[in-house]
Amino acid sequence: MGSTLAQKVWDAHVVRHGGSGEDLLYVDLQLLHEVNTPQAFDALRAAGRTVRRPGLTLGTEDHNTPTLALDRIIADPAGRRQAQLMRENCAQFGIPLHRLGDPGQGIVHVIGPELGLVRPGMTIVCCDSHTTTLGAFGALAFGIGASQVEHVLATQTLGMRPLKNMVVDIPGRLPEGVTAKDLVLALIARIGTAGGQGHIVEYRGEAVDALSMEARMTLCNMTVEAGSRAGMIAPDETTFAYLAQRPGMPQGAAWEAEVAYWRSLRSDDDAVFDRSVTLDASTLSPYVSWGTNPAQAVPLDGRVPAPGDFAGEAERAAAERALSYMDLRPGTAMRDVAVDAVFLGSCTNGRIEDLRAAADVLRGRRVADGLHMMIVPGSARVRRQAVDEGLDRVFAEAGADFRAGAGCSMCAALNEDRLRPGQRAASTNNRNFEGRQGKGSRTHIVSPPVAAATAVAGRLAAPADL
Amino acid sequence: MEKFTVHTGTAVPLRRSDVDTDQIIPARFCVSSSRSGHAASLFADWREDPEFVLNRPAHRGATVLVAGNDFGTGSSREYAVWALQDYGFKAVIAPRYGDIFRGNSLLNGLLTVVVPEEVVERLWQLVEADPAVEVVVDLERLEVRCAGLVQPFALDEDVRARLLAGHDTISATLQYEDEIAAYERGRRPALPTTL
Ligand code: SF4
Repeated sequence: MGSTLAQKVWDAHVVRHGGSGEDLLYVDLQLLHEVNTPQAFDALRAAGRTVRRPGLTLGTEDHNTPTLALDRIIADPAGRRQAQLMRENCAQFGIPLHRLGDPGQGIVHVIGPELGLVRPGMTIVCCDSHTTTLGAFGALAFGIGASQVEHVLATQTLGMRPLKNMVVDIPGRLPEGVTAKDLVLALIARIGTAGGQGHIVEYRGEAVDALSMEARMTLCNMTVEAGSRAGMIAPDETTFAYLAQRPGMPQGAAWEAEVAYWRSLRSDDDAVFDRSVTLDASTLSPYVSWGTNPAQAVPLDGRVPAPGDFAGEAERAAAERALSYMDLRPGTAMRDVAVDAVFLGSCTNGRIEDLRAAADVLRGRRVADGLHMMIVPGSARVRRQAVDEGLDRVFAEAGADFRAGAGCSMCAALNEDRLRPGQRAASTNNRNFEGRQGKGSRTHIVSPPVAAATAVAGRLAAPADL
Repeated sequence: MEKFTVHTGTAVPLRRSDVDTDQIIPARFCVSSSRSGHAASLFADWREDPEFVLNRPAHRGATVLVAGNDFGTGSSREYAVWALQDYGFKAVIAPRYGDIFRGNSLLNGLLTVVVPEEVVERLWQLVEADPAVEVVVDLERLEVRCAGLVQPFALDEDVRARLLAGHDTISATLQYEDEIAAYERGRRPALPTTL
């Protein structure tokens, strides 16, 4: 019996087999941000331990960072303290850190690939559930909690029980105007928030092959919203071409040797998956969420569902709660939902292709009166490239608010960027949970083109509607 | 970590499914830098509603949370576990959990027990009928008991042993230091470093 891609990467990292229990896996890279780490460093110090491999560790500041100006200090004293502790902890243990203002700073899941630190076949962990993003490179990338961060800092390993394997086959081509975001929203709507629980998901098929690396990252990013621990895509020519442009890559024969190894990282033809799902890409259209979890999504052409549309009692109760929180009436056409704000950014859709897609819609158009469109680049590099390409001018002419600082911003509303209670936004982030974008906020998850079209129309819209 | 053997306490029936960690502790409270002091942030937004189950005087002092499907989905914030523990919860009973939350809880000694949905429904009814009814979460016998109901549950043996002994996983791993070092010597030299 053959192996899956995930099993191959897993097996290559087992330091010690745990029999029926946890395998001890070697971690090739640990990424850190300021929010979920101070407790890990404290515990490390309290136990008199040290960081085993600072050179396999990298920190960034992203969740609390202000976006209005780079020299702005973090307004919230507790957030400021977290950033301060991050600096002290990284300095004490010799861990490189990208502080706000550094050219390499940005959202943790955006900078890893940019810096060439994410490569096929690696094991990568980070104190953040959306670490799944990095599986786009054929790496095995998990989100972990603070106690596990401490464990990896001290030992460079992580105890993990083997996970099940799931494959999502995506034949067909995405129609024009339909993005990886719509693809993953459609998938989660179909399999539910626990559809991938306990599994590593591998995506494959014609539609996946055709996606750029950035779009693959969007797809893998939201894999966690289906409950999966990781999402993966086998590396191919698209992956190698992306990596060849990144800093720090091996050269010459060493590069050829790496590529040869990376090519072996695919599921064998006779590999067995515990679960398989097929989604025909050619049938998809733009998706938007209506509720308070990412599975509560419908096509933009659709309507707000009624609780009675759902099978189980728990689903009906959840739908009722969501409708009331979102202040939506069943049967309302999604296109009739007016929004107060649009947020373009996050580790799901804060990369250059996302900004380009929005700029293509905004060029020569204006953001609707009274609507605030905030655009926050996923990293300082993304911002610089956007400026080099003149996207900043497009945004300014359209009346959108293109921020100076990169980071999570209104995705998690930990910095000053947040919605007011009752405000409704179309957002390119990954979570529409109650209060996610500020207390009492209402979020509709959308793709970048839909976000931009919505900003112009003032209500949920696709570019074709303009 | 505190040992977990047998816990007896009263329970809170949280009749909700898909309780994500953003609800357990909203992000704006995840700015502290310590593991304690999070009790007031637990379910902070929901607790503004006086009718929210945690606000009912009858459930004051409860130590077992009985929740619906998919408890603890979403963000990896360990604050969710710390807030539950800080509030006084020793165990959660639910049919299914978010994976990362479950891992975090078991590393901190918050026992997350999996029982079928109908058993959760039965526990909700028992606790709603009598908030003072005692729920026993017995890790030695792998059982939940409440008013005549006896429900076995499963837990990985190594996790159970660690919780019973109150052991920390890092010292256990560091026993294999030689194996880690041997693995490191065999890593491909082309792998990236950050320094
Ligand atoms: S952008 Fe949002 S989802 Fe991504 S790491 Fe930041 S807070 Fe988390």
